[in-house]
Amino acid sequence: MRDGIVLDKVALKLGTADFDFDCHIEAGVITAIAGSSGAGKSTLLNLIAGFERPQSGRIFIAGTEQTASHPSERPVSVVFQDHNLFAHLDIFTNVALGMSPSMRLSSQDRDRVENALSRVGLASFGKRMPGSLSGGEKQRAAFARALLRNKPVLLLDEPFASLDTDLRLQMSALLLDLHTETANTVVMITHDREEIARIADRILHVEKGQIATDEAKADYLSRFAAPVSALSGTV
Amino acid sequence: MLTTAERRRGIGAGLTVLATVIVFVGTAVATLLAWDGDQSASRLFTAYTWSILRFTLWQAALSTLLSVAFAIPVALALARRPRFAGRAWVLRLMALPMGLPALVGALGLLGVWGRQGILNGWLTTAGLEQPVSVYGLSGILLAHTFFNIPLAVRLLLAVLERLPAEYWLLSASLGMKPLSIFRFVEWPALARIVPGVAGLIFMLCATSFTLVLVLGGGPAATTLEVAIYQALRFDFDPPRAIALAFLQITVTATVIGLIALLPAATDTVRTAGRKALRLDGRSAASRLWDGLIIAIAVIFVASPLLSVLIAGLRADLLKLVTGPRFIQAATTSLVIAVVAAVIAVSASLAIVTARQAISDRRDPDLAARLLSTSLAGTSSLVLVVPPIILGTGWFLVLRQFGNVAAFAPYLVAFINAMMALPFAVRVLEPALNDHRHQTARLAAALGIAGPAKWRLIDLPILTRPTLTALSFAMALSLGDLGAVALFGSSDLVTLPWLVYSTLSSYRTNDADGLALILGMVCLALTILGTSGRKEHENA
Repeated sequence: MRDGIVLDKVALKLGTADFDFDCHIEAGVITAIAGSSGAGKSTLLNLIAGFERPQSGRIFIAGTEQTASHPSERPVSVVFQDHNLFAHLDIFTNVALGMSPSMRLSSQDRDRVENALSRVGLASFGKRMPGSLSGGEKQRAAFARALLRNKPVLLLDEPFASLDTDLRLQMSALLLDLHTETANTVVMITHDREEIARIADRILHVEKGQIATDEAKADYLSRFAAPVSALSGTV
Repeated sequence: MLTTAERRRGIGAGLTVLATVIVFVGTAVATLLAWDGDQSASRLFTAYTWSILRFTLWQAALSTLLSVAFAIPVALALARRPRFAGRAWVLRLMALPMGLPALVGALGLLGVWGRQGILNGWLTTAGLEQPVSVYGLSGILLAHTFFNIPLAVRLLLAVLERLPAEYWLLSASLGMKPLSIFRFVEWPALARIVPGVAGLIFMLCATSFTLVLVLGGGPAATTLEVAIYQALRFDFDPPRAIALAFLQITVTATVIGLIALLPAATDTVRTAGRKALRLDGRSAASRLWDGLIIAIAVIFVASPLLSVLIAGLRADLLKLVTGPRFIQAATTSLVIAVVAAVIAVSASLAIVTARQAISDRRDPDLAARLLSTSLAGTSSLVLVVPPIILGTGWFLVLRQFGNVAAFAPYLVAFINAMMALPFAVRVLEPALNDHRHQTARLAAALGIAGPAKWRLIDLPILTRPTLTALSFAMALSLGDLGAVALFGSSDLVTLPWLVYSTLSSYRTNDADGLALILGMVCLALTILGTSGRKEHENA
């Protein structure tokens, strides 16, 4: 079985919506999932993360079948658009939960948490509560947790959608840095064509519950008439 | 966005309500203060008053502890199982005691836990002799938990269900075990609201009247409210009633003050469009535990309701409803309830409109801000000065003018209106504020004002919350025994008073039938009030 992520004839019915995914997401690259609202982008991510179980088909992640495994058993970390941090826990605890879900930490573990926070630019933020952080800082903390978990796959569900343009640029740069450092497989849902141009290596376009196209960034962007620099709208 | 005339009208209406409530409550309290002050003061610190105060606080504390302690696992189990057959019915069941008159609930509890009740019947068959007593402290605790566990479950469940859906996905993704989920996600969310819920339940139990009157066992199990009633109604000892009334006001004011100090729960909103998906609690042991806890809660709450239904259906309902005493009581109750509901809703609308008019000013001065705060406090004044105290004060006022009975229906209606005021404001204020937020700028931009605005913009939207507030206020008045207890006589018979006097004369079968009718009417009004509410909120 190939590395990366494989969805082998995966089928799922949610209410009246049918989803059929059959695709291979390459290891070590950043793949953007694009498509209109309700097309099935989040369902695809939920299937990989284990939040939804397929009714038929098989899912392989990093060469191992994960079709029936619990989300915590899968070699993935997830960052959502919002609510990545438990609002009532401080930043240190929020990040440390990625290492030990029962918060049994050795002094070495604590050092690793502090290092992860430093790596994302939140060195002195450990004791602060999420409510006192900006949107970008909260996402940095979520990235610190993902970094600490050190899983081969990072799933991002519109992680920068609620940030302003400057912060998006900063966070994109951070994501690229971390990706270069860890060489992990990144799967990111995004509506933003500029973001795709900036970050992604490949693009999966989802339509009506299926993968409509799977193409390299250059092919995807060439389908749009306007040059990338002039694009500011969303897909 | 309001015109100057609209603002003036709004503030004027609010001032009228404020003045009326202050005069009504102030007269009652001033009369208590002025009435034979020396004698009352000397009765304040007797062994009797202290024992009553101690019992009031003790039963309220125990009731609160039991209610919250049992409600937490039930709420956790229901939150962990967002989809199972019958869940919606379990939640509806948890809403029923809130609309049920306390007297009807007490009869239901007697039917299950009483001397002739189902449970004691089973235990007697099993060879035990009368092992459960429903009178005294145990009965009061049973009754208070019956009414307050469902309330606590709903409040706690709402907090858990408001947690962002991502929390549950993150917990699953991070591999949190049930204990970690409870420690890091569920308990921190509940801990913020548990003190407030406990304070509310303590307040309800400390001011409980009907349940203690029916299930309390003599001086050893009497609360302040019931002791005030007994002092006036049976012993005619105003100084004792006044001393007890002041202790009661001290207790309620202290509890309300403490509740106000508690931090408000954070109103965390679930991420739009993402449905809560719980991946925990899938083990067989967890399913069994949740099923057991939910089943116990359902049996505990449903059995008294079923008992009321079964016992009520055994009575000759046709004969009861065609009897002259029932017709008289039903007519009186209905008239009082309609009058009370109209007063409560009109006053609530005036309070909310006045507060809106004040907040509409660009820079409200100190007097305006003070008025706004006073108006907010007005609606909750009845919580500090409970109905039995208002009744006692006015009872003493009216005695000076001769026949108290002549004024009694008006007084009961007004006290019922005061009781309904906090609930009516709580229903109307968010609805009116939302409506204003959504329409005020557009209406002002289009120049729609006066009757046209009322007909085209306000009426279509505000009809439902107004009807909801009216039906809640009517249900509250119809089921209330507290206000009428002091004034009830052969001339003034309401449905709860008729049930209570029928029960007191040991015509249990008739009392069961009457309780069923009263309970059905109140529940119908509550259901009518809440029907379609969700659709409106989601619109």
